[in-house]
Amino acid sequence: MAKRIDISGLSAYYGSHRAIDDISMSVEPRSVTAFIGPSGCGKSTFLRTLNRMHEVTPGGRVEGKVMLDNEDLYGSDVDPVSVRRTIGMVFQRPNPFPTMSVYENVAAGLKLNGTYKKAELDDVVEKSLRGANLWNEVKDRMNKPGSGLSGGQQQRLCIARAIAVEPQVLLMDEPCSALDPISTLAIEDLVGQLKSDYTIVIVTHNMQQAARVSDRTAFFNLAAVGQPGKLVEVDETERIFSNPSVQATEDYISGRFG
Amino acid sequence: MSNLTLDKAPTVDTPSAGAPLRQPRLPRWTPLGLAALSAALGTGVGLLAGLESRIQWGLIAALLFVALNFVLTKAVEGTRQAKDRLATSLVWVCFLLAVVPLLSLLWETVNRGVTVLDGSFLTHSMNGVITIQPGGGAYHALIGTLQQIGLATAIAAPIGLLTAIYLVEYGTGRLAKAITFFVDVMTGIPSIVAGLFVLAFWIIYLDMGYSGFAGAMSLAILMMPIVVRSTEEMLKLVPNELREASLALGIPKWRTILKVVLPTSIGGITTGVMLAVARIAGETAPIMLLVFGAASINNNPFNGAQSSLPYYVYEQWKLGNEASYDRAWAAALLLIAFIMVLNLLARGIAAWKAPKSGR
Ligand SMILES: Nc1ncnc2c1ncn2[C@@H]1O[C@H](COP(=O)(O)OP(=O)(O)OP(=O)(O)O)[C@@H](O)[C@H]1O
Ligand SMILES: [Mg+2]
Repeated sequence: MAKRIDISGLSAYYGSHRAIDDISMSVEPRSVTAFIGPSGCGKSTFLRTLNRMHEVTPGGRVEGKVMLDNEDLYGSDVDPVSVRRTIGMVFQRPNPFPTMSVYENVAAGLKLNGTYKKAELDDVVEKSLRGANLWNEVKDRMNKPGSGLSGGQQQRLCIARAIAVEPQVLLMDEPCSALDPISTLAIEDLVGQLKSDYTIVIVTHNMQQAARVSDRTAFFNLAAVGQPGKLVEVDETERIFSNPSVQATEDYISGRFG
Repeated sequence: MSNLTLDKAPTVDTPSAGAPLRQPRLPRWTPLGLAALSAALGTGVGLLAGLESRIQWGLIAALLFVALNFVLTKAVEGTRQAKDRLATSLVWVCFLLAVVPLLSLLWETVNRGVTVLDGSFLTHSMNGVITIQPGGGAYHALIGTLQQIGLATAIAAPIGLLTAIYLVEYGTGRLAKAITFFVDVMTGIPSIVAGLFVLAFWIIYLDMGYSGFAGAMSLAILMMPIVVRSTEEMLKLVPNELREASLALGIPKWRTILKVVLPTSIGGITTGVMLAVARIAGETAPIMLLVFGAASINNNPFNGAQSSLPYYVYEQWKLGNEASYDRAWAAALLLIAFIMVLNLLARGIAAWKAPKSGR
């Protein structure tokens, strides 16, 4: 069920400000692709163009093509709502719904999208929570508020919520940036497991993390502050970290940046 | 990959000799003691100077309290603490100044209101009652108030709610700006003008009769901007991350609003609506113009004159005899109690519906 994404000539704007410029690359199915680059170079913006969340921002506008297998996500007859069901997203800060219990949080995507039978929902919730490595910690507190979990548990709850609707692609924007090393490890393990079923894109500022979890790595950079961000190179993670073809990539990875 | 070297932890400065850590402190009960002392002094000065009004005594005591507190603290603890005490004591004094009139109003109303407020007052109208004699009640006014306010809320709450949702969730361009502007203007409409508007349109132009419904329409005009404003504020408090989380699950926008945004803010919204209800419950002007007032029970708000509690108070007061004064106070107490119950209800709902953190 995982699908590949081909991006060509993609630019994204906030009002008149161009945040990313003319990006073309592919994301392979059943693999983890990491986005790295300095702050403000447009990684989050690019990620949000991939499931049409960018246009939710006031003034957000996109040019170019994003092909999911053979469908253009920005085609005129494409419904952004179904795009977002197909391509799920996990945000930088854990954001469980505060009015809902753990159970309802995981079930939210299905329940709010139509009617499901209780038994069916129970199955999906358990499967998703197990998938997110959270089941053992929350199985006795399914009816407690989701915002009562620890930060790391909340983030895994958000991952469970995202995979409960069975998307083809999972986008993760710095999912570990607010977490301790143990929760980080749990989420990295989880990414490793999930990639057998999903196409995963993960933004990270942590080089070691990119090296550990990803199969391919894309490096973004911007020429100067206020300039749009560009894709510098994308390649097998091993190559990027051992023998990148662009000097700027090596500088950034080895910390000799700026 | 380069090895990271950890910087040495910055050395902590030892406190410089100029600022000793220990300083003389006044005992904790000082403010209380000073308050008692200045109250006594205020009373003494008042008695000696033969001041009539207790309010003057109180003001003298308050000023003394602020001044004594400042001087004493400055002498013992130093200037910075003295300024702190000055601000604190000013805040306390202002708080008392604000609360005293409120409490005395409540005291007065309760005191005078309870004399005739009983079961018979709550269940009888003024129909056939000789107004200079005791007896009669405010049942018809209570019914009128409940019906008029219920109708006004039924009109204003949905419109206000939907307007606020439009403004926060959808509105961007000119239309939203225009609506915001008109809501601002409406907030400032005096109640008598709202009453005159409905009078001109409903009763004079459309030739309908006086009725509770006509009054409810003008009350709704007064209520709507308050509901829009408070709901807008509450919706803006909902973090954008929640909307994005929901949209990213492939949940359509309208469902996101209905199932995520509204439940998160429902407590605040209810409080806002209840406060708007409390605000219009005391309106008299539009009732005089549109509902006309009546002495007997009229259970049909769509046809014929009704009464309402604030109107009843006014009407009884105007009669100008002991029995009607008593009835006016009793109805005033009833109105205050009614609004208080609404407020408590609002708080209860807000607390019940508030997002639980439950950590
Ligand atoms: N809502 C917004 N409105 C206007 N400009 C924005 C908005 N969000 C981001 N930008 C701009 O777009 C550019 C790219 O931002 P983006 O958030 O994509 O960077 P990033 O690579 O994710 O950075 P970080 O690593 O710090 O998360 C920045 O110049 C930023 O100022
Ligand atoms: Mg970012």
